[in-house]
Amino acid sequence: MKKKEEIKLACTVVQQVEEICDKHGNKPGELINVLHECQALHGYLPEEMQRIIARKLGVPASKVYGVVTFYSFFTMTPKGKHPISVCLGTACYVRGSERLLEEIKRILNIEVGETTPDGKFSLDCLRCVGACGLAPVVMIGEHVYGRLDVKDIRQILETTAAQD
Amino acid sequence: MEEKNMITLTIDKHEVTVPAGTMLLDAAKTVGISIPTLCHIDLEGTCVQNMPASCRICVVEIEGRRNLAPACATRVTPGMVVHTNSARVIRARKTVAELMLSDHPNDCLTCPKCSDCELQRLVMRFNIRQMPYNGGEQSERKQELTPAISRNMEKCVYCRRCESVCNNVQSVGVLSAIRRGFNTTIAPTFDKMFTDTNCTYCGQCVAVCPTGALTEHDYTNQLMDDLTNPDKVVIAQPAPAVRFALGEEFGMPAGTIVTGKMATALRDLGFDYAFDTDFAADLTIMEEGTEILQRLNKFLAGDKDVKLPIMTSCCPAWVNFYEHEFPDLLDYPSTAKSPAQMFGAVAKTYWAEKMGIPREKLVVVSIMPCLAKKYEAGRDEFKVNGNPDVDYSISTRELGRLIKRANIDFANLPESDFDSPLGESTGAGAIFGITGGVMEAALRTVYEVHTGKTLPHLEFNDVRGFEGIKEATIDLNGFELKVCVAHTLSNARKVMNALRAGKLNYHVVEVMACPGGCIGGAGQPYHHGNIEILKARAAAVYREDEGKALRKSHQNPDIQKLYKEFLGEPCGEKSHHLLHTHYFDKSIH
Repeated sequence: MKKKEEIKLACTVVQQVEEICDKHGNKPGELINVLHECQALHGYLPEEMQRIIARKLGVPASKVYGVVTFYSFFTMTPKGKHPISVCLGTACYVRGSERLLEEIKRILNIEVGETTPDGKFSLDCLRCVGACGLAPVVMIGEHVYGRLDVKDIRQILETTAAQD
Repeated sequence: MEEKNMITLTIDKHEVTVPAGTMLLDAAKTVGISIPTLCHIDLEGTCVQNMPASCRICVVEIEGRRNLAPACATRVTPGMVVHTNSARVIRARKTVAELMLSDHPNDCLTCPKCSDCELQRLVMRFNIRQMPYNGGEQSERKQELTPAISRNMEKCVYCRRCESVCNNVQSVGVLSAIRRGFNTTIAPTFDKMFTDTNCTYCGQCVAVCPTGALTEHDYTNQLMDDLTNPDKVVIAQPAPAVRFALGEEFGMPAGTIVTGKMATALRDLGFDYAFDTDFAADLTIMEEGTEILQRLNKFLAGDKDVKLPIMTSCCPAWVNFYEHEFPDLLDYPSTAKSPAQMFGAVAKTYWAEKMGIPREKLVVVSIMPCLAKKYEAGRDEFKVNGNPDVDYSISTRELGRLIKRANIDFANLPESDFDSPLGESTGAGAIFGITGGVMEAALRTVYEVHTGKTLPHLEFNDVRGFEGIKEATIDLNGFELKVCVAHTLSNARKVMNALRAGKLNYHVVEVMACPGGCIGGAGQPYHHGNIEILKARAAAVYREDEGKALRKSHQNPDIQKLYKEFLGEPCGEKSHHLLHTHYFDKSIH
């Protein structure tokens, strides 16, 4: 027999998610907007959260999951406090962003799509942030670092970690 | 007035006049042109529909239009000139099919859907003799074998019929497309296994799947082993709806009644006894009918707490549905087991004792139009010391395959009767296999028992037909009995939501999960979207009923004998123990 899914989210988070759904009138057509806000709130979209959203908007949980897996922006794994995105677009790539990526992986000891055990950093790649003039580009949180050199990486990561 | 809404166009060499709004696909049908389709399905008159226009198999050329147009989703316009078989169209269709084959396993010979596969038919029709795009990477897909459904997504062609049926027809919402591009697949919620979701095993996804991606869990090899095992006594119980469809597996027209041939075939296959679930359907009416009357009498005596409406509980997918989705309303459905389970319980007690057969030697096999029955047979509450009342269930299609394997010339078989004492049935048992049938059978008995009068007309026409939700009012000695019949789970959900909101004004409700009831069950020969097949089966159900000497369950002499010799009273202590069950909260949320 099936086990009941444990609700692991804190009550306050559940309440906030429900409020976001209410704010959008609980309309099925608002699904993507709701997912955006919920991810901004919680950092990622765990299964329980998707079930709450499905129930509130009156759409099957399978549909919510379908949308979450369709768009690369949405994630079901927790992101680090400082999400790192390395641009692998053409301009950045030819100016050596792959070497930056390797250096970050080496220093943090994580692979692309993973988060450091202390939850500080997560690592992703993307294709072009529209700042090709600054290539190669790495984003950490909202901050864009341009014209980066491999030797700058350790300093930047240490400074970012020290902000907490 | 009518003229104004008619549109005239040219399709190939034909001038066609059809109502405005008609799709090209349907307009072409009126002049005998059958444009090939794959993703499209429309079981007209029911809500089974999928028209995403995504596969592009049905493309046609329209003069003055640059691109080819999908005939399933393009409406007619005045003066349109359409070519359905130009060289360009034929080339395009072939390429579309070839591209599908490039990401499709090449194992048709051993595929469970071989010879019944719509993709295979297209490949034959388009005369594809080689696979020009083969040898590339194939997408990885999940496989799963549940007790009822077998899932092999490597064979999926993304028509999304299963998704439409699961969401729109059944409102269960388990299946959805996930991920994107080459990684797209249709998967149960959160890419889990069916067994970890609120899937009801109704199997309607299987009923509409054009390929071998979704099929039934096949128990025929296990059955062959048991049939040839000298230590086992194997008995068969075919469901009411099976006899109206089995003939289709052997090329007989839909609606052919093969009751007698099927009984002969079961014995020829090696079953020690060929009994009949129709017998147990009559038994169900005795139990459920009594329960209806008990609740009604309480209600009429002013009991405010009595749970009304009472709901039928024969359909195993419907039982799964309310256990998953309406755990707060589990007191409403009748506690009567389904006919198949009642049969198993009686066969392994009353009959086994009578015959001196130990329980573990007896194998009860149900032959069902249904896939959820396979799951139902395995429920823990239907086992005694781990031994199930019904050992396993095979579908109508599986029985067809077994008969073919055993070299039996089905069409020319002589007819025979079922064995006694679990084979005698009335017309009321026969109509269990169609939407409204359980209600009609119950009303025939409830009316006569409650009023003490003979029913003037046996036919309750208000509960017949394919309308999604039907209602009727029956005069029981001045008391107006209000009944409701729903088929498909989306209609059942409407009824249950109304009940939850306190807005349901009926005394008895019947629900069947499949469109049309069991005649449209997921274990039946594939209808391939042809509603005429379901209509023909429906007509056959009522013909069988009319041809019976006895048409009310309480008149069945073997049922009367069973109560006299063994059970005592309907809903009595022994019945309660053997023929009734209880329900569980299986909600996920």
